[in-house]
Amino acid sequence: MHYHTPKSFDEAATISAGAKGVTRFLAGGTDVLVQLRAGMVTPDDLIDLKHIPGVKDITRTADGGWRIGVAVSGAELSRHAALCADWPGVIEGMNLVGSTQVQGRATLVGNLCNGSPAADSVPGLVAAGAKVTITSANGSRDVAVEDIPAGPGRNVLKPGEVISAVILPPRGKDGGDAYLRFIPRTEMDIAVVGAAVNLTLAGGKIATARVSLGAVAPKVLLVDEAARAIIGTDLNDAALEALTTAARAAATPISDKRGTAEFRTEVVGVLVRRAAQIAMARAKGDKK
Amino acid sequence: MTKIHVTATVNGDPVEFLTDPRESLLDCLRDRLGLTGSKEGCGTGDCGACSVLVDGVLVCSCLVLGAEAQGKKIETVEGIANGEELHPLQRKFIEHAALQCGFCTPGILVAAKALLAQNPDPTETEVRYWLAGNLCRCTGYDKIIRAVMDAAAEMRGAA
Repeated sequence: MHYHTPKSFDEAATISAGAKGVTRFLAGGTDVLVQLRAGMVTPDDLIDLKHIPGVKDITRTADGGWRIGVAVSGAELSRHAALCADWPGVIEGMNLVGSTQVQGRATLVGNLCNGSPAADSVPGLVAAGAKVTITSANGSRDVAVEDIPAGPGRNVLKPGEVISAVILPPRGKDGGDAYLRFIPRTEMDIAVVGAAVNLTLAGGKIATARVSLGAVAPKVLLVDEAARAIIGTDLNDAALEALTTAARAAATPISDKRGTAEFRTEVVGVLVRRAAQIAMARAKGDKK
Repeated sequence: MTKIHVTATVNGDPVEFLTDPRESLLDCLRDRLGLTGSKEGCGTGDCGACSVLVDGVLVCSCLVLGAEAQGKKIETVEGIANGEELHPLQRKFIEHAALQCGFCTPGILVAAKALLAQNPDPTETEVRYWLAGNLCRCTGYDKIIRAVMDAAAEMRGAA
C-alpha cells in the first residue's frame, strides 16, 4: 500500500486518476481503517487529504452559507457556535456518530461517502440542501448530497474524483431544522430509522420544506411528497397526519436484526412528525 | 514495502520510528516504541482501550495510522503519572476499586483526563456519555464513574 500526502485536491485527483488498483481517500479514517483491518478493503493507494490547506476550516461563504473542509471532525463541528446556531439539525446528526473518540476524527464527507443508508449525518445534510464540491482533472463542480450515495456501501464518485468541500446554503431568517433517530439504547448504536426536516416560515405558515429519511431504503431518501404535505400549513394536526402518511409511503425498509420492515415503517412516521415539530419550534426562535 | 520515517512527540519526549504504511499508531506505540500501556481490545474503534490524545484530541489509536503521527504530539497513559506520584484519577481508581482485569483502564484514564481538562465539573450523565466509547467487561461501570467524579472533585479542590 502506498501512502500519499498530496498538498492540493488537484494533486489528490491526479493520484486517484492514475492509480491502477484500489484507492481510498483518508480523512478521519474511522471507516477506512476498520475496513483495512478487517481485510474488507485493502487499498493499493491510500490518499491522506489532511495535508491539503483548508481541509480543517469552517468558513462563511459570500452568500451567508457555510463551507466545511473535508477533514473537519464531528467534535469540531459541535464546538462551532455560529454553525450550530444556523444548522442544529445537521450538527445533531453528525454528533450521533460514534463515541467521543470517533467524534475526534470522523467527518461529514466520510460518513457520506461510506454510503450507509443509516448514516446519521446524511439526512440532515440532505434536508438542509447541502452540496459537496467534486474536484477532478476537469475542474470542480457542486453536486447535491442526495446524489452521492449509490446504494449500501457505494457512492457515485469515479476514479480521479475527490470531494473537496461541503457547502451549506444560507440559513436565512425564520428557518429551522432537526434530525431524530431511533436506536434501542441511548448511545453508540446504528440508526434503525432516521428522519430530518428543514423548513422556513413566512407569515406563520411553512414556505419551504425538505424532508429526508434514513435507514428505510437502500439510500438516504429526499421525500418531496412529505415536504409538500406540510408546505403552506402551520403544521396543524392534518398536516402532521399527511406528513406521517407520506413518509411511511416513501419507506421501503428491509427487516434485519435491528428491526422489522413493519417496525421501521411505523417508526419513520413518528420520527418525521417529531422532527418537523422541533424544526418548527426552532424556526420560531426556540434555541434548543 | 517501503517504510515511512516518522518523528513525533510522545508524552513530551521526541521519538522517531519506521512504520509500514498499513500499521496503526497503536501498533507503533506498542511494537516500535515499547509503550504497551495502550491496549488493543477490538481494533475497530469500538472499545476505547487504545485511547490516546493526538494534538490534544481524544482518539482511538487503532484508527490512526502510524504515518499520520508525523509531527504530532501524542499523549498516552504512560504520561499520566508524575514519576512515582500517581495522578488523582489513578489514585481514585484504586481507592474505588474501579478496575478488575485492568485491560480497559489505560484508555479510560486517558479519556477521563481529557474530559476533566475541558470540563472540571461534569455531571454523572456527562461522564457516562463521554466514556460511552470505553467498554469495560468487569466493573459494570458504576465504580469507574464514581472514581472519575471523586477525582474531579479532588482536582477542583472540592473534596
